[in-house]
Amino acid sequence: MTSTVTRATTDAPGPPAIVPAAPGRGPASNRSSAPGSRTDDSARALARRRRHNPITWVQRGGLTTLLFLLPLLIIFGVFSWTPIVESVIMSFQKTNLVTAPVFVGWDNFVAVFRDPVFWVALRNTGYFAALALLFGYPIPLVAAVLMSEVRRMKGLYSVLAYLPVVIPPVVSVLLWKIFYDAGPTGVFNTILSWVGIPPQPWIQDAATAMPSLVLQATWAGAGGTIIIYLAALTSVSPDLYDAAEVDGASIWGKIWHVTLPQLRGILFITLILQIIATAQVFLQPFLFTGGGPVNSTTTILLLIYQYAFTNSLGGAYGQATALSIMLAAFLAVLSVVYFRLTSRWSDE
Amino acid sequence: MKSPAKIAVLAAAALAGVGILSGCSSNSGGSGDGQVNLVVAPVLPGATADALTALHDRVKQFEKKYPDIKVKAIEYQWTGTTFAAELAGGTLPDVFNVPFTDSKTLANNGQLADITKYFKQTSTADKWNKNVLDVATGDDGKVYGIPWGPYAMALSYNRDIFTRAGLDPDKPPTTLDEIEQDAKTISQKLPGVAGYMQMTKDNTGGWELATLTQALGGHLEKVGSDGKVTVTADNAKTKQALNWLKALRWNDDAMGSNFLFDWSGINEAFASGKVAMYMSGSDVIGSLMQANGFDQKKYGVTTFPLASNASAGILSGGNVDVVNVKDSPEQIAAAVKWIDFYRTQPTVDKSAAVKNAKTLAKGDQAVNAPTLPVFDKATWQKNQEWIKPYDNIPVENLKPFTDGIFDQKISPEPPSHTQDLYGALDPVVQAVLTDKNADVDSMLKAVDTKIQALVDADGK
Repeated sequence: MTSTVTRATTDAPGPPAIVPAAPGRGPASNRSSAPGSRTDDSARALARRRRHNPITWVQRGGLTTLLFLLPLLIIFGVFSWTPIVESVIMSFQKTNLVTAPVFVGWDNFVAVFRDPVFWVALRNTGYFAALALLFGYPIPLVAAVLMSEVRRMKGLYSVLAYLPVVIPPVVSVLLWKIFYDAGPTGVFNTILSWVGIPPQPWIQDAATAMPSLVLQATWAGAGGTIIIYLAALTSVSPDLYDAAEVDGASIWGKIWHVTLPQLRGILFITLILQIIATAQVFLQPFLFTGGGPVNSTTTILLLIYQYAFTNSLGGAYGQATALSIMLAAFLAVLSVVYFRLTSRWSDE
Repeated sequence: MKSPAKIAVLAAAALAGVGILSGCSSNSGGSGDGQVNLVVAPVLPGATADALTALHDRVKQFEKKYPDIKVKAIEYQWTGTTFAAELAGGTLPDVFNVPFTDSKTLANNGQLADITKYFKQTSTADKWNKNVLDVATGDDGKVYGIPWGPYAMALSYNRDIFTRAGLDPDKPPTTLDEIEQDAKTISQKLPGVAGYMQMTKDNTGGWELATLTQALGGHLEKVGSDGKVTVTADNAKTKQALNWLKALRWNDDAMGSNFLFDWSGINEAFASGKVAMYMSGSDVIGSLMQANGFDQKKYGVTTFPLASNASAGILSGGNVDVVNVKDSPEQIAAAVKWIDFYRTQPTVDKSAAVKNAKTLAKGDQAVNAPTLPVFDKATWQKNQEWIKPYDNIPVENLKPFTDGIFDQKISPEPPSHTQDLYGALDPVVQAVLTDKNADVDSMLKAVDTKIQALVDADGK
């Protein structure tokens, strides 16, 4: 880290040099790389930089920077930031998108909290996330570790694992919907009957619907995560395994003491990505069940969709945006807290 | 970072973006020389080539009659999910159709064009049955659309399955008890076939529960003399209807193993022989032939049984052709001329009717799908005579319905927040079919509370 000595010696109406500024906070902290030497030069440079005005900005190539930035600014501005800002505004309005919107304060948020289905959706989303974590998180890791141990036909296994990801998500859900036919002649029920298990209701029963959705989601999503883990595993130095072997470690010992610690950074990322993804699950409940039976698979995102769109008369856009914003805020806070908590471990 | 110049440039970039967007939504209705452009949407996506050719023929006839109007016909299906966004974005056609359930609310929301002036100029303006035209009339008394193709709810059944189960397809059930008996017989004799099923998903569960309730003589909403609507989903007839379903499902095991069906899902299940009987609109054979390739010779339809009390009635529905609220007066005038030409004239004018029937028959589309009269029974019967030579659904298969329907009292849908009400009732129907011990009473009470709050909020 650089010091902030230079700052005090120049235009310093501020605090004296003895007070060390927090790293990364003072304006000078990331500048002069050679504290003490050439104090005057850097002081002058600093003074110059202090004067922000259009002329110096242009002189320093600001136009070129802007030119290169422009496509990005326009694309993000038009397709991302503007809609975000507009949905924040809309969450405080009552509108049907045609007549003039009416400002309603916090009414939309209150309406969401008063809706009994909201609490059901919240619980369902948590349930989905928990189930997905329980099954969906370890399975790709185990599969990746096993596949990295395989000597022959590694490519074939990778292809097989990745295949579900290549199938368009909607197609695979619709296929599984047929497999999940609850009659005794359904695909899965026929397979179960071979081993003497009676027909299961799958998505036709409130108790089994959500696990059925998680099963499909895990199948569909595992391949992508496996590939990430496989890539990360190749970067684990073989020396570590050799050393562990010399010390007499078993396979489990090697996985526990070498593989997992080495994958730590990746594991933290995939975990938070999975939590964010499951909190926004939509495709499975939308296509499989439409939230049924009896709202047992209504998730937060499906509820947002229902607020906005299923009332064919241009529904409650205000409530939909209000809930979207609450979800976004929750996930943002969760991510920040998560990275704060885990930064120590993953930085090492 | 936050220099004024950068902010100015950012603002300029943002404005440029807005400019691009607003460019998309400009609606160029007319050109300088008095010609009016009109985008109409009378066919569903995936219509057959024959149907499209015929449509273009009719567009040409129309343009010959009105040389100032240039018509562009597109494939389009109105869905509630995209409607408001398309309206706001300016990508909506000028003429499109919406279901009876939605037209009145859309009109009161200011989302449809007022066509009163031009409607009054059509030749049939005074001929309309007030009750039918009411679905297209706003609370302000103005006309916002032109109804067509009304239907009554009916019982569709697979004649082939009836025969295989040892039942007489010419003698379909005439009471709820008979439906239950026949459904039980079918499910026992033909494992894997649901004897009877009805829709449960995407608001259709509530729609069909409303049909059952009204067939038994109950009402989900009551309108007081002061016009105030009271939601009454928690009533004896609705409970009777749910109990009937419960018996079919749990005592008779006559509803198969799958219970999540929307409109197209149950049509698919019926067309593939997994469902023997189901509650549907009387004109559904049109869709079964077009979308599911169902053999119309296997199709049977009868009136849905009504209870014998005086308030029992059959729920009906239909379509309303409406006009984009953003259109110019010239476009609205042209749009009404088109609707009159395309929808209304074939029901009252012989040559238009015959031409239409020929076209449908050529495209293997249903010609004589059973519908209800738009004007009066006499006009409707005349129309049926005109198209008779082109009928492509066996008339005797439709007989149980066509013989009985004029004895049934037509009962309109619940008037207020209809789709919200239907949506709230979906889980109730699903609960009865998937949970033997479903607490119907408290669920219906919750529906009353929820929808009543929406109704009351309108009054404020």
